[in-house]
Amino acid sequence: MRETKHTAGQVYADSKLAKDLYVLRQLVVKDFKLKYRRSVLGIAWSVLNPLFMMVVQSLVFTYIFRHSIENYPLYLIIGNVTFSFMSEATKSSLRSITGSASLLKKIRIDRIVFPIQKVLFALVNYAFSLVAVALVMIVFRVVPSWQIIFFPIILLMLTVFCIGLAMALSAAVVFFRDVIHLWGVVITAWMYFTPIFWDFDTLVGGNAPAAIIAIVKANPMNCFVTCMRDIMLWQQVPSMKTMALCLIWAVVMLLFGLWVFRKNEHKFILYI
Amino acid sequence: MADNKTQDTEYAIEVNDVSMVFNMASENLSNLKEYFIKLMKHELFFKEFRALKHISFKLPKGSVVGLVGTNGSGKSTLLKIIAGVLEPTEGTCVVRGNVAPLIELGAGFDRELTARENIYLNGALLGYTHEFINSKFNEIVKFAELEDFLDMPLKNYSSGMVARIAFAIATCTEPDILIVDEALSVGDVFFRQKCEERIQHFIDDGNVTVLFVSHSMEQVALLCHDAIWIEKGEQRMMGPVDEVLEAYQSQFKKK
Repeated sequence: MRETKHTAGQVYADSKLAKDLYVLRQLVVKDFKLKYRRSVLGIAWSVLNPLFMMVVQSLVFTYIFRHSIENYPLYLIIGNVTFSFMSEATKSSLRSITGSASLLKKIRIDRIVFPIQKVLFALVNYAFSLVAVALVMIVFRVVPSWQIIFFPIILLMLTVFCIGLAMALSAAVVFFRDVIHLWGVVITAWMYFTPIFWDFDTLVGGNAPAAIIAIVKANPMNCFVTCMRDIMLWQQVPSMKTMALCLIWAVVMLLFGLWVFRKNEHKFILYI
Repeated sequence: MADNKTQDTEYAIEVNDVSMVFNMASENLSNLKEYFIKLMKHELFFKEFRALKHISFKLPKGSVVGLVGTNGSGKSTLLKIIAGVLEPTEGTCVVRGNVAPLIELGAGFDRELTARENIYLNGALLGYTHEFINSKFNEIVKFAELEDFLDMPLKNYSSGMVARIAFAIATCTEPDILIVDEALSVGDVFFRQKCEERIQHFIDDGNVTVLFVSHSMEQVALLCHDAIWIEKGEQRMMGPVDEVLEAYQSQFKKK
């Protein structure tokens, strides 16, 4: 019986996993409190920010891209919030190990909670930015249909992908601090290779070299953004091929991140 | 590596031939460019520093042991290995049971959070369940005497107050193993008395294994039955507390 097992009489967590999960919860709550404690608008910032970006970008890009996309502002904001989740999660995870040096040097703790903490906190912010997406959907009278059931699946795969990436990056920064600067450049380049404000068909129609098209097609963020738009904007089931690519990217990145992290984590304490 | 194993359970702590080697980078190599240049030139050398050399001992359950040695002799490194913060370069360290490390009081705190929030965060780091922290919350607050300051960020606290909270959380339940590293030197005399009473209570109970580090020989002699003397990373002596302390102190008289 679960009830009796979890009475106040139980002092220590059942398992290492239960302990790590509780630590993780406390750390994400801490991030949340510290971010919003002294800001007047608080959570509203996470809603206003993507809306503001959407307005600016749609003002500019509507006149550049003659090949018009239906409900272009909604197209923009879905791409933006999806990509921002990844970029925010990975950027904040860069310093997650080096920034926790004081904890890691003094307390026995599973080091892997720190990159995961940053991804989960980015996920919380992403949830607030979804409010902005919902507002835009209301304005454009776009009503999600039953395909919305795919949303949690895609989001889960994206989160797993980010966790894998975050683990590898946070470990790399321990040994090479300039990865922090390098990653900023990579994110910018990655953003331009992802169809956030442009359309994949325009790229194909514009006679882009096959290599560029191949890169964009394999780009994991292209897969995730496309799936999100299928679900929320076009009300269609994402293609099996795209979803399979999302899954492969998520699993491969998670295994890669775990491998890099677990292989190097015992050396962290000597470098932080 | 602290593991819970069922066999050979009469020992709470087993340190088997533990050595700890630190890399002392002659220069700070923390960027890619420098790293690759050095790699190309085959100049990647690290100076090794042995903080601990082949330390071995076993502590039976319920024993109270003092750890003595001059500054920089590796006591804190050894405690960190036992607490599971550091992994030994060679050898193994087996720890059976829950460890309450009073090594650096307040290490797991976030200075921006309030005392209330820190109690939960620190409790989680010690492996407590949420329900348990809830049930002990008032007791912790009362022991640390911080009723009026619960919702103040920790950065406004004095270091003595922070140590009080940390001690109260770590000792709010009876641990299997208690590691005390001069933690009691902070705080005022009244709180120190309170802490010592609590530790004495654990010792009297007989179930708690205590590893005690202090530069105060009187304190070690008073609390401990046995002692280990470590000097420059080497284990010099282990035995009844009065013999070890006599040998330890006589090295200074010779000089």
